[in-house]
Amino acid sequence: MSESATDTAANSTPLRGRLALSDLDGVTLLALPAMLFVVTLFIYPFAYGFVLSFQPKTGNWLANYTKFFSDPFLYDTIEATFRLAIPATLINVLLSVPVALRVRRMRRRRLLTAILVIPITLGTVLIAEGLLTYLGPQGWFNRVLLMFGVGPVRLVHNYTGVMLSLILSGFPFTFLLTLSYLTGIDPSLEQAASTLGAKARARFVHILLPLLAQGLAINLCLSFVQTFSVFPSAVLLGAPSGDTRVISIAAYQAAYEQYDSSMASAIAMIMGFCQLVVVVLILSGRSLVYRGATGGGKG
Amino acid sequence: MTTDRPVGERLWAIGIWALVVFFVLNFTAMVAAVVINSFGTRWFNAWLPAGFTTRWYESAWNEFQLYDVLIVTFEVVGAVILLSGLLGVPAAYALARRNFPGKQLVILLFLLPMLIPPITFGIPLATVLYQAHFGGNVSGVILANLVPSVPFVVLVMMPFIEQIDPRIEAAARVFGAGTGRLFVHVLLPLLTPGILAALLLVLVRTIAMFELTFFTAGPESQTLVVALYYAVYAAGVRAGQSIDAMAVIYMFTTLVWLLIALRFVDPTQIVTRAKNETAA
Repeated sequence: MSESATDTAANSTPLRGRLALSDLDGVTLLALPAMLFVVTLFIYPFAYGFVLSFQPKTGNWLANYTKFFSDPFLYDTIEATFRLAIPATLINVLLSVPVALRVRRMRRRRLLTAILVIPITLGTVLIAEGLLTYLGPQGWFNRVLLMFGVGPVRLVHNYTGVMLSLILSGFPFTFLLTLSYLTGIDPSLEQAASTLGAKARARFVHILLPLLAQGLAINLCLSFVQTFSVFPSAVLLGAPSGDTRVISIAAYQAAYEQYDSSMASAIAMIMGFCQLVVVVLILSGRSLVYRGATGGGKG
Repeated sequence: MTTDRPVGERLWAIGIWALVVFFVLNFTAMVAAVVINSFGTRWFNAWLPAGFTTRWYESAWNEFQLYDVLIVTFEVVGAVILLSGLLGVPAAYALARRNFPGKQLVILLFLLPMLIPPITFGIPLATVLYQAHFGGNVSGVILANLVPSVPFVVLVMMPFIEQIDPRIEAAARVFGAGTGRLFVHVLLPLLTPGILAALLLVLVRTIAMFELTFFTAGPESQTLVVALYYAVYAAGVRAGQSIDAMAVIYMFTTLVWLLIALRFVDPTQIVTRAKNETAA
C-alpha cells in the first residue's frame, strides 16, 4: 500500500520496519483481543475437555472410552444419531438443488428467501413445540389425513417427529446455502452451452454440477454436523430413551444428571470425532468429482 | 422461458413448486396452530377451539415468571451485542486491511466456533466456565454466547470492510487526520450499515441460541428459549395453551428483530456470508 512509508520506517527502526513490511503493525494488533477471546473460550476448553476425558473418576486413563464402547446404552447412541443425521442431511441437500435451480430465476426471490429464514431464526425449540401441536393426534395435519381417509398417524414422540423437525429447520439452511453457491456461477456459461444445443439435463450434469460440487460438499458437511448434534428436538419430539436417544442426550445426561464432567467430555470428544470423520470422508469424496478450479462461491 | 417447453420439464417444474408450497404451507400452519392454541379456550376434536380468550398470556406471564426471563434475555443479548461488536469489528478491520503471515490460520480460528456445533464444544466450555465460577449465572451465559458471536461479527464485517476503498482512509491521513479522528469521522460513518446488520444478526442468533445458554444457565439466568424448553419438557404440568402463549411471546421477540434485520441484509447472508469464507 504505502511502500515509501514502510521503506523509511525500515531504515530508521529495522525491526518495526521489517514487521511492517509483512503487514504486522498497530492495525494488526486490533485482531488480538478477539483472537485471545476465541483461544481462551474455545480452543482452551476444547483442549481441556480432551485432557479431562482421559482423567476418569475411576479406572485407568481410557476408562471413559472403554465404558462408552462396552455399554450398549451408550454406544448405541452413535448408531441412533447416524440413523437420523444421514437421511436428514441427504434429503435436505438433495432437495435443495432442484428447488434452488428453479428459485434462482424467480423474480420475487427475496420474499421466498425471507420466508425460509424464519424457521432458521425461530430455532429448534420452537419448531419442536409447534410440531407437537400441529402433528399431534388432534393436530391439523392428522385431521387433514383423516379427511382423506388415512387413519391418524403417530408422528410425534418417535423417529418421524425428529426427522420432520430436522427437515423443517435444516432445509431452509441448506437451500439458502445452495442458492448462494448457484447464483455465484456465471450464467453466461450456461447460456453458451444452451447456444451449443445442450438440453437442461446436459447443462446441469456437465456444467452446473461440477461447478457446484465444491459448494455441495461444504453444504453436506455443515448440514451433517448440524443434524448430528440434534438435541432439543430429539428430547421434545422424539423418544429420548428409545430410538432417538442420540449421542448429545448421552453427553447431557453424563454432565448434568451424573455430574461426571470427565465422562461428558469423553462423549463430546467422540461426537466431535464422528463429525470429523464424516467431514473428511465428504471432502475427500469431493476430490473424485471435482475437476479444476471453479470459483463456485460468491464471496 | 419459452411457451413450448417439453411436458416432462413442465411437470418437473410443477413438482418442485408443489414441494416449496407444501413446505411453506406446513410451516405456516404449524405457526398458526401455535398462535390459535394460545388464544383458544378448549380445543379438542375440532378444527378450531371452542372459544377465544387472552387469559393464557396472563397465566404464562405469571407461571413462567416471564418478566424476569425477559429481563435476563435482554441483559444477555445486550451484553453480547456490545462485547461482540467491540471485539469483533476491530479484528475484522485488521484482517480486512492487512495481509500478515498466518492470516489464514487466524481466519480458521474464527471459522471453527461457527462450524463446530454448540453441542460439541458446549459441554467442555460449560465445564471450564463452572470451574472459573462463571457457570450458572448471567456472566457465564454471556461469555458462552460470545463464543460464536465474536467470530460471526468478524466474518460478516470482513468482506464489508474490504469493499471500502482504502484510498478514502489514505486521503483522510493526507489531510492530517489522526487515527482517532480517522475512526470517528471516516470509518465509523462508512461502517455503520455493516455494523448494524452484523449486530442485528447477532441479536437474532443470541435470542434463539439454545444449547450454549442451556448448558451454562442457572435457574436465575435462563433466557426465553431455555425457559420455553423447560416448559415444553415438563408439558403436562402446565396447560398446553399456556406453553403456546409463551411460544408466541418468544416468536414475537425473535421475529420483530428479524424483520428489522431483513431491511438491512439479504436473507441469504444470514447463513452464507460467513460460510462462503470456507470456499474462498
